[in-house]
Amino acid sequence: MIRLEPRPEPSQVMIYLSPVLAMALMLVVGMIVFTLLGQPPLKAFHAFFIEPINDWYGFGELLIKASPLALIALGLAVGFRANIWNIGAEGQLIMGAIAAGGVALWLQASTSIWILLPLMLVAGALGGMFWASIPALLRTRFNTSEILVSLMLVYVANLILSWLIHGPWRDPDGYGFPQSQMFESNALLPILIEGTRVHAGVLITLVALLVATVFFRWSLTAFQMRVSGLAPKAALYAGFKQKKMVWLGLLAGGAAAGLAGTAEVAGPIGQLLMPISPNYGFAAIIVAFVGRLHPLGIALASLLMALLYLGGESAQMQLALPAAVSGVFQGMLLFFLLATDVLIQFRLRWTHKSAVGVTP
Amino acid sequence: MDTNTLILILVATVAAAVPLIFAGLGELVVEKSGVLNLGVEGMMIVGALCAFIVATETGYLWLATIVGAAAGALMALIFGFITLSLMANQVATGLALTIFGVGLSAFVGQAYTSVALDGIKNLSLPGLSSIPILGKLLFSYNILVYLALVAFMVIAWFLYKTRAGLILRAVGESPASAHALGYRVIRIRYFAVLFGGAMAGLAGAYLSLAYTPLWAEGMTAGRGWIALALVVFATWRPGRVLIGALLFGGVTIAQFHAQGLGVELPSQFLSMLPYLATIVVLVLISRDAGVIRLNAPASLGQPWHNELH
Repeated sequence: MIRLEPRPEPSQVMIYLSPVLAMALMLVVGMIVFTLLGQPPLKAFHAFFIEPINDWYGFGELLIKASPLALIALGLAVGFRANIWNIGAEGQLIMGAIAAGGVALWLQASTSIWILLPLMLVAGALGGMFWASIPALLRTRFNTSEILVSLMLVYVANLILSWLIHGPWRDPDGYGFPQSQMFESNALLPILIEGTRVHAGVLITLVALLVATVFFRWSLTAFQMRVSGLAPKAALYAGFKQKKMVWLGLLAGGAAAGLAGTAEVAGPIGQLLMPISPNYGFAAIIVAFVGRLHPLGIALASLLMALLYLGGESAQMQLALPAAVSGVFQGMLLFFLLATDVLIQFRLRWTHKSAVGVTP
Repeated sequence: MDTNTLILILVATVAAAVPLIFAGLGELVVEKSGVLNLGVEGMMIVGALCAFIVATETGYLWLATIVGAAAGALMALIFGFITLSLMANQVATGLALTIFGVGLSAFVGQAYTSVALDGIKNLSLPGLSSIPILGKLLFSYNILVYLALVAFMVIAWFLYKTRAGLILRAVGESPASAHALGYRVIRIRYFAVLFGGAMAGLAGAYLSLAYTPLWAEGMTAGRGWIALALVVFATWRPGRVLIGALLFGGVTIAQFHAQGLGVELPSQFLSMLPYLATIVVLVLISRDAGVIRLNAPASLGQPWHNELH
């Protein structure tokens, strides 16, 4: 029998070891699943985790997928640390993309890249923040669950995008396809590395990583939010401003998601169409947790998650498996992380059956 | 609007409400035991797919329905193990369950996307179904619709009229007291979570076997989340879950009839109605913090471990 026994102190080792354990478990179970699907496990492993990044181009693809994931996860981590659950980042990403795309379609004929791109980024961040401000307002004014409201707004944002590209913003020369005009080069983020698709959006993520590191380490507000997440009652007695935390937590996620959406439409996509993101907004939730809500951890977790996306695409081409296999791996990863996290507070004790006590 | 259209709308409202009744009542029982499972959407969609696969492979619709419920329960077992045995955060685990379920169903379901299914038929009771108006309104649904009604009655009776129901609610209100009285908190919560999963799976089976007999990626379209909102809206009372589900069914159906009534809006805006309605009712009900505090199970969402108490 295995029994869980509370540790006197949370294990510092397990805090960092558990994501690694979770990754290892995901790999093992993944290989078993591949075997059951009739794929030789080593070949599947190679196709999933090695093949996608064995050249420069593939490495670039890894970066441009990790970039939005890390950016959104950083924003979400601000709220998650204080138990503010913004799970609608996908919707905030779409609204950011719509706002930035609207600016591009409106001004690209008349504005230089030096003015247009910054305008698009500001519009994108504001678009995401606007969408996140709805659950923030409803939570602070009416005590409404931000989980359910932010999630509902994902569906609404998708429908708004669908309406725009089927209706007012549809490309008149697009043969009726539901998509906007292509953005001109002055509305596109410049490519950073020749021969890849790595665009300047990656720089935004790097800046966000720095800002988040400074904010989490040195800001009093970030400390208060951490306390309020770990010990809500203590935060209440200390008189921390709960409403301010809700607003900050949600707006940070919204701004980050909006910027990520902007970088997608002004980066690899280059126009408004559906879908803008392969569920980056939801995958970023996993990235935030696997990264322990810590900037460095989030950066590493985003690379792993990006590899899962690329692996899915590669498995589709090489093994003829549906690309949706990524989602299975992503879900598994979070399950294993949450499961192994028990070892932070508890340790396993092997007990003999007889020791459990047999009732006479 | 003539009588026939009105009857059509009412019948369609009931049909649209059924998945919300199943999933909402299931989640209600889970939350009454003090557990918050945000994975309803994931359990529902896996239930929908598994039911559909069994129906197309074997042709037995009753077996498919059972498998749908069992698949939901199996998903719930994962959630139960991680949150109850390993005491993980329930919000995060529920989210993981939804992400996993949506991904798994998209992965496995790819082979079934364009398969046609002869789904569960509506009853046609000799005599009863042909009564004017009432026959259509009361006796023309498929068997799962009546099962939803039975489930409602059984759950309401169980929660408030049986000793086991009382214990379940006690576990949700104060697990420490229930534990001190000798009740197995974890075991009772496991049963509740499994039941909630089976009900979500049943909701999925209804969608893919009866409501729209087909499989499409993401076909649950947020109904699992709406069911979660419904439990809050109902202030954790089964009767109000039923009424709320019918209300939402009505909103869902309204979008299809709005154009007929002369509403000139793009279809996308009409499709937003159920989601916007969810937000509006959540605001209305949670505006008064006291209502939520008085009605929500006191230990909702908090992990429990025998050794720590």
